[in-house]
Amino acid sequence: MVKTFIVGFDGTETCQRAMDFAVECAKAQGGTIHLVHILEWSPYSFLTQEELHERHARKEKEVASAEKFIAPTCKALRDQGLEVTSEVRYGNPSELMCEIAKNKKAAQIFVGRKGSSKLTRLMVGSLGLSLVQTSPVPVTVVP
Amino acid sequence: MLNYLNKLILSMLLLMFASSSFAQTNGFDQTINSIFEPIANAIGAVIFYSVPVAGVQFPLIVGWLVLCGVVATIFFRCIQFRGFKHAIDLVRGRYSKPDDAGEVSHFQALTTALSGTVGLGNIAGVAVAVSIGGAGATFWMILAGLLGMASKFTECILGVKYRNELPDGRVSGGPMYYLARGLKEERNMPGLGKVFAVIFAICCIGGALGGGNMFQANQAFSQVVNVTGGENSFLADKGWLFGIMMAVVVGSVIIGGIKSIGRVTEKLIPLMAGLYLFAGLIIIVVNIDMVGWAFAEIFRGAFTGEGVVGGVLGALIQGFRRAAFSNEAGIGSAAIAHSAVRTKEPVTEGFVALLEPFIDTVVICTMTALVIIISGALLTDLTGVQLTSAAYATVLPWFPTVLAIAVVLFALSTMFAWSYYGLKSWTFLVGEGRNKEMAYNFVFCIFIVIGSSMSLGPVIDFSDSMLFAMAIPNIIGLYLLMPVVKRELNAYWAKIDSGEIQRVDKPATSS
Repeated sequence: MVKTFIVGFDGTETCQRAMDFAVECAKAQGGTIHLVHILEWSPYSFLTQEELHERHARKEKEVASAEKFIAPTCKALRDQGLEVTSEVRYGNPSELMCEIAKNKKAAQIFVGRKGSSKLTRLMVGSLGLSLVQTSPVPVTVVP
Repeated sequence: MLNYLNKLILSMLLLMFASSSFAQTNGFDQTINSIFEPIANAIGAVIFYSVPVAGVQFPLIVGWLVLCGVVATIFFRCIQFRGFKHAIDLVRGRYSKPDDAGEVSHFQALTTALSGTVGLGNIAGVAVAVSIGGAGATFWMILAGLLGMASKFTECILGVKYRNELPDGRVSGGPMYYLARGLKEERNMPGLGKVFAVIFAICCIGGALGGGNMFQANQAFSQVVNVTGGENSFLADKGWLFGIMMAVVVGSVIIGGIKSIGRVTEKLIPLMAGLYLFAGLIIIVVNIDMVGWAFAEIFRGAFTGEGVVGGVLGALIQGFRRAAFSNEAGIGSAAIAHSAVRTKEPVTEGFVALLEPFIDTVVICTMTALVIIISGALLTDLTGVQLTSAAYATVLPWFPTVLAIAVVLFALSTMFAWSYYGLKSWTFLVGEGRNKEMAYNFVFCIFIVIGSSMSLGPVIDFSDSMLFAMAIPNIIGLYLLMPVVKRELNAYWAKIDSGEIQRVDKPATSS
């Protein structure tokens, strides 16, 4: 039985579909929803002097606004009677999702997918694709 | 923002009108030169007070910087070699916790600090060193680079330890802060600390206007004239015009607040540095049979001083002087950049910072010197960036143009970095405030025009003297605070040994 339904959430319509599907499953199986909002971040990018000195202040602002952004969604789910946890993280989306899943018991990952053309599928490795290849837990890619 | 931009453009136009009347009579470049040369010479004479050693004038300040490197190396028992691997591990994120994501990483602090130091010192400064001090100057330059690693280790730890966090979350750090707070808290010398901090801040503003600005503008102009036709170039004798163009670019970022220009420049720097290194490697590989000879020349020149004014000591002075100018170890500037990193252990930033003189001097400067020596361009009368340009052109004829672009970009990124260092010193002295900051930024832009109009000699003397002046209060402070760094370092090693600080990729199995 899956206990934790991890959903990658960025507010777009595609991930809303993934969320809806995860909620259905969670209700049917009596599991909890874990909402993950990821801010893309690489420790190897280049910063200017000013960005360097303002980084910490900006991080706090970014995290605060991200938490504010996901709060209504979490509340709506809780109002439906679901148990909901959430986290805002910095980093590479697929690596972070895998890491979070590893530390949860009996988890499953839900992510959305854009209806992309053949060409873009070849060129851009989507989050769903890389998760399918690397995730330690079952992955559901919702179209 | 637009308001400021308008003001900027207006003032630049005024400056141009004012200058055109000079240009018609005497040549604006000469006018500027004749005003500033005596000032530059006077300041240079004080800072570069020299004593005769074995018949050669030895500037005491050069010895002062090298002595700091020697003392730090002995005091921390060759930390630059013992800690080298640990430094690489830190930069690769082997000790970064997941919670650190989103904060400034060690890699980012290193690259941003490097973008302030890697620049014309590595291209033009090295050329000056070998053209005056001969091939042997390279040996002393490398030695000074290796010693400088220990100085930089010390100052960057102090920069992080005594930084100041503003209520809005921004951080300010650097020698001004560790001199003022460190000497007060650790040595009970509040008065001396304050005086040193103020002297440092004043010198840092001078250094920002000199080495961080005029020297950059001057050498960028020299290379641009060089590739656009030398003496026949439409820009020849129009240094002020080039200066105004550079001033508008820099001004649009630091006065106009158009950050995207600064960001684009910063992002092009790694590409340019990579291209420069790659081209240098190609030239070395093409002439691989001469590398052994070149190193032999470097060692022979270092210990015989043949054909160099002042012999061995002449070569040594040039090597040490250009190394210090290029990697800025002991000067205190890097401590300002590194202080932004958020870490519980200030020592980690010291390890990261010691890579800076290594990359800057031991790798990049040495490569430039090798290319110049191998190419045989040393036998010509050229100096500065033109010598480097000619050396690269012997194998890659198109390279001077690329180098001109690289030089302008390096100059810009160094100017951005130093405008920031100078600004931090300025706000330390007069306090934060929009108008105060704008006044400084405006003066900074004016000096770009002055720098590109002057001839190289006086510019180098002024740049060097202001930069080196920063080292006087900074290094006395380093000596007084070295025991603090030692304490931090021992505590840090203890935590590594006990397993309290662990690598994230290879956690110890016992715990």
